[in-house]
Amino acid sequence: MKSALWLLPDGIEELLPEDAERIEAFRSQLLGLYHSWGYQMVVPPLVEFLDSLLTGVGQDLELQTFKLTDQVTGRLMGVRADMTPQVARIDARFHPAGRANRLCYIGSVLRTRARTQLSSRSPLQSGCELFGVAEVEADIEIISLMLEALRLTGIQPVHLDLSHVAISRQLLALSGLDSATQAALSDAWRRKAVPEVDQIAKSVTDPKIADAIRALPRSMVSLSELHTLITRYGSDEVVKSSLLSLQRVATVISARFPEVEICFDLCEMRGYNYHTGLFFAAYSPGFGQAIAEGGRYDGVGEQFGTRRSATGFSVDLRALLKRREDQAGGPVKGVLVPAEADESAWALIQSLRQTEAVICEMPGDTLASLQQRCNRRLVRNATGQWCVKDWNLDD
Amino acid sequence: MSEVIIALSKGRILDDTLPLLADAGIWPEEDVRKSRKLIFATNKPNIRLVVLRATDVPTYVQHGAADLGVSGKDVLLENGADNLCEPLDLEIASCRLMTASVVGRQVTGRRRRVATKFVNIAKRYYADRGIQADIIKLYGGMELAPLMGLADEIVDIVDTGNTLKANGLEPLELIEHISSRLIANQASMKMKYATLREIIEGLERAVIQRRSA
Repeated sequence: MKSALWLLPDGIEELLPEDAERIEAFRSQLLGLYHSWGYQMVVPPLVEFLDSLLTGVGQDLELQTFKLTDQVTGRLMGVRADMTPQVARIDARFHPAGRANRLCYIGSVLRTRARTQLSSRSPLQSGCELFGVAEVEADIEIISLMLEALRLTGIQPVHLDLSHVAISRQLLALSGLDSATQAALSDAWRRKAVPEVDQIAKSVTDPKIADAIRALPRSMVSLSELHTLITRYGSDEVVKSSLLSLQRVATVISARFPEVEICFDLCEMRGYNYHTGLFFAAYSPGFGQAIAEGGRYDGVGEQFGTRRSATGFSVDLRALLKRREDQAGGPVKGVLVPAEADESAWALIQSLRQTEAVICEMPGDTLASLQQRCNRRLVRNATGQWCVKDWNLDD
Repeated sequence: MSEVIIALSKGRILDDTLPLLADAGIWPEEDVRKSRKLIFATNKPNIRLVVLRATDVPTYVQHGAADLGVSGKDVLLENGADNLCEPLDLEIASCRLMTASVVGRQVTGRRRRVATKFVNIAKRYYADRGIQADIIKLYGGMELAPLMGLADEIVDIVDTGNTLKANGLEPLELIEHISSRLIANQASMKMKYATLREIIEGLERAVIQRRSA
């Protein structure tokens, strides 16, 4: 029993020094990047009342949220399972009048269930949200920033997947199918089950709509092929404007990030209940799942007083850095201050600490444990002054 | 051409899958059923096959360890397949998932006890019908449970129904038609679309050919 005392719950992990330092270094790079794009940091609370935490976010998030009772008010509180709605609430209450509001955040979230057996229940979520701009310029900025953030990780190659909820929604609305069949159709789209989609399309009377319904799971196209979809299915205004905005975004992004492969997946159903427009995800070989994702969720702030346009992205730092090769080849080693050093070394030690780690020998330290952390040490030179000298094993 | 790994389910499904793959122009370089190997090269240099227990196939595909897989619909329903694409019904290893009980036995006025290997499917099925059921997880030989008074009903795969009949049981209600599906990892579906599409279409043609034969 005692030997298992240190075990952590499923999907909850700690970071040991090497990983912790790597994540912290990446974290500060990332926040520096957000800052350089004009995104201001907010720190939403770890827990808040369930009513505000879950307003307008759908049932999925409710099931993902750990709940506890506030001993002061007796009301239910939730531990955040996603920080985006919190940031949207902050924007709805405190945004500057009538202009774009750029916010970024980083923090741990807690989820009742891991997405897969291998994923964390406590991701370190970070992201940027751009509020107050309904136009495609906001989508372009957010996607560019997400790709810049991924560039920092060194993960390559990156595939960008673009989609738009309005297309599938419009086709469902025009299909004339009953709601049960509509649900079956979205499910078949989600699974890209082409034969099942074809089967359902047979009961759609309008041949043009039926054709478009069949085309959706087959239209995993590249930018160069998108225009054929626009000419073929552009007779419907909603579909046309969605396709055009996808085209516009992809054209700019492919010029800015020529190394990123862009494809369109018009029957992607991820976040279907949550997103309201263009949405996207980034993939990379070896990950099996999206490494970063986001999209438009206009109107989320409505319940808090202001209806605001919104788009944003988020990444899980732990998942991103798990696979990353350690380029530095282990932690940087420091300078040892041997036990015999007296106070006359203090000034030198403090000046060294401006730029690097200086470790003082403690009673009981062994040579081997010190050499794991230090490759130089303080020694007295011929004149009795303290100086730094390389510490070789044979010394 | 991207590298593609296809995960196949061992056993009966494998016997039906290999001819289908062959019709789609993919065959292993050695006899999968005789070898003790787990990974097999194929005639296509970019495609490799792995052979797994049926229940493990969705796990491999979900995490991207395999790009495509062949898995029974029963396994997908039981384990949840939210992160998977399911582009094709291969129409092999067909059977029915049914409830069954001792001939003439009807449970009323108390909670129903149900023995099954498919705990999640059974829970959903009875909950959808507003029936309060206690589910007992068993790993095999379901027919015995109602006979020995362990359960009132079972939820199990029914092929011919002969095993039920031989034990004095009868099938009651159909829960779902089961067959093997081609499944795909979502990320692979996006990153390796051209290559996967070709394989999927080849298999689709093979399925249609078989249907008309």
